[in-house]
Amino acid sequence: MLYAILCYKDEDVVAAWSEAEEAAVMDRLGRVHEDLERQGKLGPSLRLLPTTAATTLRKASEPPLVIDGPFAETKEQLLGFYVVEVADLDEALRVARDLAAANPGGAYELRPVLLYNPDPRPTRGGPR
Amino acid sequence: MSEASPDAAWLAAALAAARPRVLAALLRVFRDLDIAEEAFQEASLRALRTWPRTGPPRDVAAWLILVGRNSALDGKRRLAHLTPLPPDDAGSGDALSNLDDAETPLVEEIDAQAYRDDILRLLFICCHPDLPATQQIALALRVVSGLTVARIARAFLVSEAAMEQRLTRAKARIARSPVPYGAPGPAERTERLAAVSAMLYLVFNAGYSAATGSERAALCDEAIRLGRLLLRLFGTDPEVMGLLALMLLQHARAPARFDADGEIILLEDQDRGLWRGPMIAEGLALVDKAIRHRAPGPYQVQAAIAALHARATRPQDTDWAGIDALYATLERMQPSPVVTLNRAVATAKVGGPAAGLALVEALAGPLGGYFHFHGLRGALLMQLGRHPEAREAMGRAIALAGTPAEAAHIRRQLDRMVAADAEKN
Repeated sequence: MLYAILCYKDEDVVAAWSEAEEAAVMDRLGRVHEDLERQGKLGPSLRLLPTTAATTLRKASEPPLVIDGPFAETKEQLLGFYVVEVADLDEALRVARDLAAANPGGAYELRPVLLYNPDPRPTRGGPR
Repeated sequence: MSEASPDAAWLAAALAAARPRVLAALLRVFRDLDIAEEAFQEASLRALRTWPRTGPPRDVAAWLILVGRNSALDGKRRLAHLTPLPPDDAGSGDALSNLDDAETPLVEEIDAQAYRDDILRLLFICCHPDLPATQQIALALRVVSGLTVARIARAFLVSEAAMEQRLTRAKARIARSPVPYGAPGPAERTERLAAVSAMLYLVFNAGYSAATGSERAALCDEAIRLGRLLLRLFGTDPEVMGLLALMLLQHARAPARFDADGEIILLEDQDRGLWRGPMIAEGLALVDKAIRHRAPGPYQVQAAIAALHARATRPQDTDWAGIDALYATLERMQPSPVVTLNRAVATAKVGGPAAGLALVEALAGPLGGYFHFHGLRGALLMQLGRHPEAREAMGRAIALAGTPAEAAHIRRQLDRMVAADAEKN
């Protein structure tokens, strides 16, 4: 069974970390990652840039509406996510619009990725 | 780290992160910077005493605002610095952190718009037009960022007493002029935002000239932190996006900008592998966001220039034609001989040293006493083979250099040219 573990934290506090504190946290996490990787249990993981870098496509309206900032509503729930490789925000928005046309309603929050660790398992992909 | 018993690093980071919002709210309540600062100090002390035992409150800022307001309203506690602090378990903070509901009415009270104007006001009073730039920077670092006087003094290479005096004078100047506490109108808000943006860029530039790792270089991180705060408040303003992007893209190069002896390494000689990738990624994302608004401004254009440099993995990949065009745009928005001088660098790359020199020569009047004018003129003359004139220009640049590193950089160019000439003869 695959589980996604979503990370929540106060980004102001994280941004206020010194380089040494940041390195200490990454070091502690790194040891957990290594252990999981040895057990063949670690899939891809990633770290997002701050919400100030986010753009939201609201797809409840037609055409969908582009809004600066993160998705802030609480009546919708997080149901999944994509990782796409694109040249810039415009291309990411084109992808999101195509997805929106196929599945209207709700919103897509577009967040640039700071750090991407690909799947280290030899057999990648979905549930086996 | 466990959220139930926060460690010292978490506490310090949480208090630093909450400071602008809390102080801004307290300033609106008390309309006095000193009282607001004391109230924040007192609330922080209580947090440090109680949170390790009780765990942090759900809303850190709301807790600090409420405790700070109560402690300042309480006459006895107003004089807390004259009397011993109450015993650790007697603070109002204990009761509060056990009673999450106490925060709720206050949170609702802080309407989003008022909160935004509060923080803007706090930043705005630091950029009083009567205050010289250095005092604006020092005041913002002390009041908004909460840096200690000792640290600010070290950043500006003055004694702690001198910095204390400078800050006291700046605060007195502010106290004499009426601070507008009413909600600003749209035009006023735009004006304040422009003044605050300019002040943040001053803070950034004060740090930018310093070598990595020094006290002063930390000012760049502080300016970026405040830039993120400003963007969270004005999430749809493309110039705020541009300002933050500009600071991130420039600061990303910091690890590559100085050699082991503290000498400047020019952009084209920098080891681009040392550039900070995450900052570049964030800066580029913000430039993308800003461009979508189709409302260009000076920060966005400067950020776009920095983005073109950041996108070039090797110096020869740099889109100089794009940079030349962006500088031409900036010249129209903000005509200034220094902008034209920067454009001349790009023009020389695109159209050759003679085209660049033509732009430079026209600036002899306004920039005759400017280090970079003579430095660039010397370099272009050298490329054109006009060595005696180049030597003279470089000599003047060395005489006008602001730092030993600047002088050393020109001297190296000069030495290379003289050595090459000697070899020929």
